[in-house]
Amino acid sequence: IPPSHLFAGLSDVSISGDIAVEGEINVPVGTPSQDKKYSTLDEPVKDTILRDLKAVGKKFVHVMYPKKSSALLRDWDLWGPLLLCVTLALMLQGGSVDSKEDRGPQFAEVFVIIWFGSVIITLNSKLLGGTISFFQSLCVLGYCIMPLTVAMVVCRLVLLGGSWGFSFIVRLIVVTASFSWSTFASTAFLADCQPPNRKALVVYPVFLFYFVIGWMILTFSPSA
Amino acid sequence: TMASPDDLKFQEFEEATDLLLADPGASTLSMSGSSSTFPAGATGDIKLDMSDDEGQEESSELLRGEKQTSGFWTFEYYQSFFNVDTMQVLDRVKGSVMPLPGRHFIKHTLQSSPDLYGPFWICVTLVFSLAISGNLSTFLNSLGSPHYHYRPQFHRVTIAAVVIFLYAWLVPLGVWGFLTWRQREERQQSGYSFLETVCVYGYSLFIYIPTSVLWILPFEWLRWLLILVAMVISGSVLVLTFWPVVRDDTKVTAFATVATIVVLHALLSIGCKMYFFQTATHTPVPTLAPNHTAAVLTNKTH
Repeated sequence: IPPSHLFAGLSDVSISGDIAVEGEINVPVGTPSQDKKYSTLDEPVKDTILRDLKAVGKKFVHVMYPKKSSALLRDWDLWGPLLLCVTLALMLQGGSVDSKEDRGPQFAEVFVIIWFGSVIITLNSKLLGGTISFFQSLCVLGYCIMPLTVAMVVCRLVLLGGSWGFSFIVRLIVVTASFSWSTFASTAFLADCQPPNRKALVVYPVFLFYFVIGWMILTFSPSA
Repeated sequence: TMASPDDLKFQEFEEATDLLLADPGASTLSMSGSSSTFPAGATGDIKLDMSDDEGQEESSELLRGEKQTSGFWTFEYYQSFFNVDTMQVLDRVKGSVMPLPGRHFIKHTLQSSPDLYGPFWICVTLVFSLAISGNLSTFLNSLGSPHYHYRPQFHRVTIAAVVIFLYAWLVPLGVWGFLTWRQREERQQSGYSFLETVCVYGYSLFIYIPTSVLWILPFEWLRWLLILVAMVISGSVLVLTFWPVVRDDTKVTAFATVATIVVLHALLSIGCKMYFFQTATHTPVPTLAPNHTAAVLTNKTH
């Protein structure tokens, strides 16, 4: 029977009262991990912190071995950059204070340079037509400061053995290597998001940014 | 299908019509240079890229054809100032270091589409190259003295930034304001927009970046020679750009304008050299009072 005949009489039906309907409604229950997502409010604080720390740590590993993975971009977070920035700014303290004017960068100056610089570079790449989102770019630029922070730690250790001569050469090599690593790592993540004939225009500010940070690390001289 | 090319052409025309209906006051720039009638202009000049993943390209092409259809509060407005490729920026930089009398910077090199990428990043690079080179030259100057303690002198970055950015924005503002005022008085047509003026000034500062690096070498005659060369090159870029505009004015105004531009430029370069690259005779306290420094250091260690 064609369907039109089957329902031919339905238009004449009128229902005066309530009709009880019986049946089963099946809602597909999600996988157990989805359940956990909705109940993270009840989990112990230790779990929350450990989960975030694991995410941050995973991204550090990605920076150490920069392959074209999209993990850094997909699950961006700003904890890592904040941690690195504060560590770097704290370690750049305690420089020589011969006169009030000639000392190295203060905590606030380092902070402003890193965050303001990252924002400006992100704006620059977006204005040039990049497809990366604002916070993803901040995340990448912040995480790629990690080699330079490691270099700062090494420099402070090397400085314990004197400022000049061999120590200076070692520091120069370490800072140069880590600054090139930072630039290379961040371009590995950022380069795909740019229009092809403007890649150099986007990479140059990143190079300048890490160069300036490297300069601040290299010229750190502790008080005698 | 057979109908699609025609359909696309029809769509192109409609979209352009819509845009102009939305903003009838928008200036339409046609490549042929004449203010041709609208239908002839549309299909020829507004290139619409119909592929799906190039939405951004499409809007920037449209913006090139019709300047400033978006308000200054939208992102696209500022994106129109960064519409340059790597090769274009390199060409503009080359044009700023090789000023030839026939090649007018704005008409020839910029082709009347100024950008803000070049001026901004040239200024930033100049700030850091001045501060870093100045720091290095102070250090090299004082290498000989026994109790020299290296100082990073980070405050110089702040000072350099303030000076360079003030120069790169306020002076073009003054020059543009003055030229526009004279233009209104003399009923002239040719003038530059504020952005083009900023662009010329920004690119003309490029020559100072290698100059500041070369200033590290501690020879006074070399430093003055470098100032002279840099001033000639970047000054002539500015003079060649602004002379055709002031030339039609009264002789006095014309010469005064050009002279002011050159003098301000000279003041900037000489001021930078004298502040950031001080000669050995000006090195401050520690070399003159080594006993004092030693006393302070021993006090600190206790």
